[in-house]
Amino acid sequence: MTLDELKPGNSGTIKKLSIRDKLGQRLMDMGIYPGLILNVVRNAPLEDPMEVEIDGYFISLRHDEARFIEVERR
Amino acid sequence: MKDRLLVALAGQPNCGKSTVFNALTGAKQHVANYPGVTVDKMSGWYKYGETRVDVVDLPGTYSLTFYSPEERVSRDFILNDKPDVVVNVMDASNIKRCLYLTFQVMEMENPMILNLNMMDVAQNRGVTIDIEKLTRILGVPVVATSMKQGLGKTELFDAITDTGRKKSFHARFKVDYGPMEAFINNICEMIRQDTGDLEAYPARWLAIKLMEGDEEIRKLIREKGVQGTKILDRVDGLKNQFEAEYDQNTALAVAQARYAAADKVAAGCLTLPAEKKKPMSDRIDAVVCHKFMGPIVLLAVIWLLYYLSIVQGYNLTNYTWPLLAKLRGVVAAMVPDPGFIDVPLISAFALWLMDSVNALLNYIPIFFILFGLIAVMEDSGYMPRMAFIMDRLFSRYGLHGQSTLPMVLGGIYVGGCAVPGVMSCKGIPDERSRLATILIIPMLNCLAKVPLYVLLINIYFAAHKGLAMFYISTISLLMVLPVSKFLTTTVLKDKPISPFVMEMPPYHLPTFRGVVGRALERVWMFIKKITSIVVALAVVIFILLQFPGISPQRKIDFQAQRDKAITQFRNSIAHTPYAEVLAGAKLMEMVLYWESYKDKKMLAKGPEATDALNAKYRKINPQFFSIAQPGKDKVARKVNKSFKKLFKTRKGLLREMRKERINTSFLGKMGRALEPVTQFAGFNWRVNVALLSAFAAKESAVATLGALYEQNDDGGDGSLESRMAKSEDGFTPLHALALMMFMVLYPPCLATSIAVKLQSGSVKWMLFGMFYPMVLGISAATLIFTGGTLLGLNGLQAMGVFYAMALGTTIATGFIKTKSEFDPVRQAIA
Repeated sequence: MTLDELKPGNSGTIKKLSIRDKLGQRLMDMGIYPGLILNVVRNAPLEDPMEVEIDGYFISLRHDEARFIEVERR
Repeated sequence: MKDRLLVALAGQPNCGKSTVFNALTGAKQHVANYPGVTVDKMSGWYKYGETRVDVVDLPGTYSLTFYSPEERVSRDFILNDKPDVVVNVMDASNIKRCLYLTFQVMEMENPMILNLNMMDVAQNRGVTIDIEKLTRILGVPVVATSMKQGLGKTELFDAITDTGRKKSFHARFKVDYGPMEAFINNICEMIRQDTGDLEAYPARWLAIKLMEGDEEIRKLIREKGVQGTKILDRVDGLKNQFEAEYDQNTALAVAQARYAAADKVAAGCLTLPAEKKKPMSDRIDAVVCHKFMGPIVLLAVIWLLYYLSIVQGYNLTNYTWPLLAKLRGVVAAMVPDPGFIDVPLISAFALWLMDSVNALLNYIPIFFILFGLIAVMEDSGYMPRMAFIMDRLFSRYGLHGQSTLPMVLGGIYVGGCAVPGVMSCKGIPDERSRLATILIIPMLNCLAKVPLYVLLINIYFAAHKGLAMFYISTISLLMVLPVSKFLTTTVLKDKPISPFVMEMPPYHLPTFRGVVGRALERVWMFIKKITSIVVALAVVIFILLQFPGISPQRKIDFQAQRDKAITQFRNSIAHTPYAEVLAGAKLMEMVLYWESYKDKKMLAKGPEATDALNAKYRKINPQFFSIAQPGKDKVARKVNKSFKKLFKTRKGLLREMRKERINTSFLGKMGRALEPVTQFAGFNWRVNVALLSAFAAKESAVATLGALYEQNDDGGDGSLESRMAKSEDGFTPLHALALMMFMVLYPPCLATSIAVKLQSGSVKWMLFGMFYPMVLGISAATLIFTGGTLLGLNGLQAMGVFYAMALGTTIATGFIKTKSEFDPVRQAIA
């Protein structure tokens, strides 16, 4: 499944980034890469974007961007 | 020994880099732009011993790729300006993550120092760092500091000077790219063998960048290498080979290798606390970003921002305005005095300039508070939260979560200012949204548009003031959103976008020094950049308003009227002792005396101040004073009466002349020339002139209308409302509504246009930003006026219909889905 399908409170292991270039690079530079565990902290008041916690950092991203992050639910 | 050093500060966002920059350079800073982009270049200097050290604060970035202008200017600076030392500022409590950038700086093979800043925060979190071991592993000098407390400053100064003076420098540590190493070495070899100009660049860094697929470096190889294209062909082959062999994207492999290396280094010299507490920031966010509480907190913050800056700042101008008025007084005293009816051109010009500048300077208290509060929001970490809450709404219209602040500043409800609004667009990472935000902000309701609204609502919507004010306050938002959607799907369609992905940094308590410093610096920037241009353009408008001037024939008429009035006055006082007092040129002296006395008396508050003023003026000229304040003296009272009449005649003549000057001026001619077009919007030429003059500053619209609707006779009350209502018999609420709507969409004022040019980095966008609102404004006004007239609607009905249309358009455009920006198919091919 992909990250945008996870709900607040869920956590998962990043399996793959299915996007390259600008967005792919940005995700990696922000510390999102395969092997890491992330927790979905919350959705914004209007549902989008979402906030995730990875390794002690809090990162917000749009669902439209999260769908390129393949995760395995834990 | 080198007595000049160049230092660059590099670091990720939120690592305390600006604190380090401030600690190093103190107040000796200035801001410029990197060539070709709208990224601020902060630089400063200090003197340490005999050495002068210039410091450039590179933008805070997570990485050094070619994708964002901030990252590009950072690495270009290191590459081309070859600073003597790069100081890599790191958040000591987050070393592991910071190393990701550090490795990239190291690969550029420039002499460098690691500055572990925020040691106090690390200690509080229970993180201990073996600095010696870190130094040994990386082979780079490491200096630990807590710059907020000023700890470690001397050590950093020493380290910079030491490293800067060394002839050669090599960081020992190299990231191990695993299976990719062979590929990198292969490319390195090709680059080293090339006989072109590539040897000036670190070969390994180029090779890694090529494996990552960096477009800028590919361009560099093509341009500087003799065998450029051949190398690139080989690189493409190697990249494909790697991706096929290891089933992994090269850019991802590079990033992962860096993170792995960071893990390894961190594991070697860090001791982390055993159990992780739930961070304080997350607990705050549970409220601040909460489904219901979040928007409430946001509204409260916006309200507070308005209240403190606009309301309280406006109150402050009550104290600063007299200072500016005094300044104007100084200028007025320096230029030649006006004659009875002819004002010397030089005096009129000097005062016009002064008024134009003062109109801007008057906003300084507001701006100071505003900029200070923005700095608080930036430093505390609330900005990303604001973007987080608003992004969904704004992104539907092609804007960005970070458009929130600029829009609040520009006046999302009544009472903003487009200048700081446009200036604060800098933070929006996505170029398309940034340009859209810059272009729509002038349509929001800035403070200067309000006087015209109030004027028109008081005349034409007197029975429904509240409703009309609500309409005008909210309609701008309903115009802005569809327009932004339209712009981003048409003219801005091909502008690059950026991912939203953003860190929600921990909250910080802002420091007083940081906030006040930034507020002062931004106010100063504002004065420097805006004022000079406003002066230049005020000159142009002055010429347009003053020339060609009154015809000689009419001038003679006016002079005859003047002479008649003066003769009449002299006859009426001929047999009093005051005839002598006011003989010849003394009459004009009395006119000026009376004028200044009246002005001062209006300002004097309370009986004591009035007494003091009276005493002062009695001392200046006791005889003049007895005319000004005749008391019970019968003769003096009669003279006073006659004099007042003369004074009124003079005022009337001056007004009449001003009106005629505007009528015949270039601007007046333009107003007339536009009438054939604007008549469908219900604007006559007077309104056109007022609107044209509003370009200098929107407040001018009401002032010019005031000049055009002068009262002609002595009777009637003086308010502009009644004058305008009287002189424009045919003017209906529908006219007024069309005019207000045009004002909503009015092109940006001068100062804002300049800000648009600065922030968009191009004159083209500035001109576009002036042109399209004009077309839009005329169209909306025509729709209201002509449409309303055809349908037989009154002002209020037309208002309702137009509002419903705008609301409908806003909702409808919000539902139009734009295709996802990140198209996986397109991306995969690329």
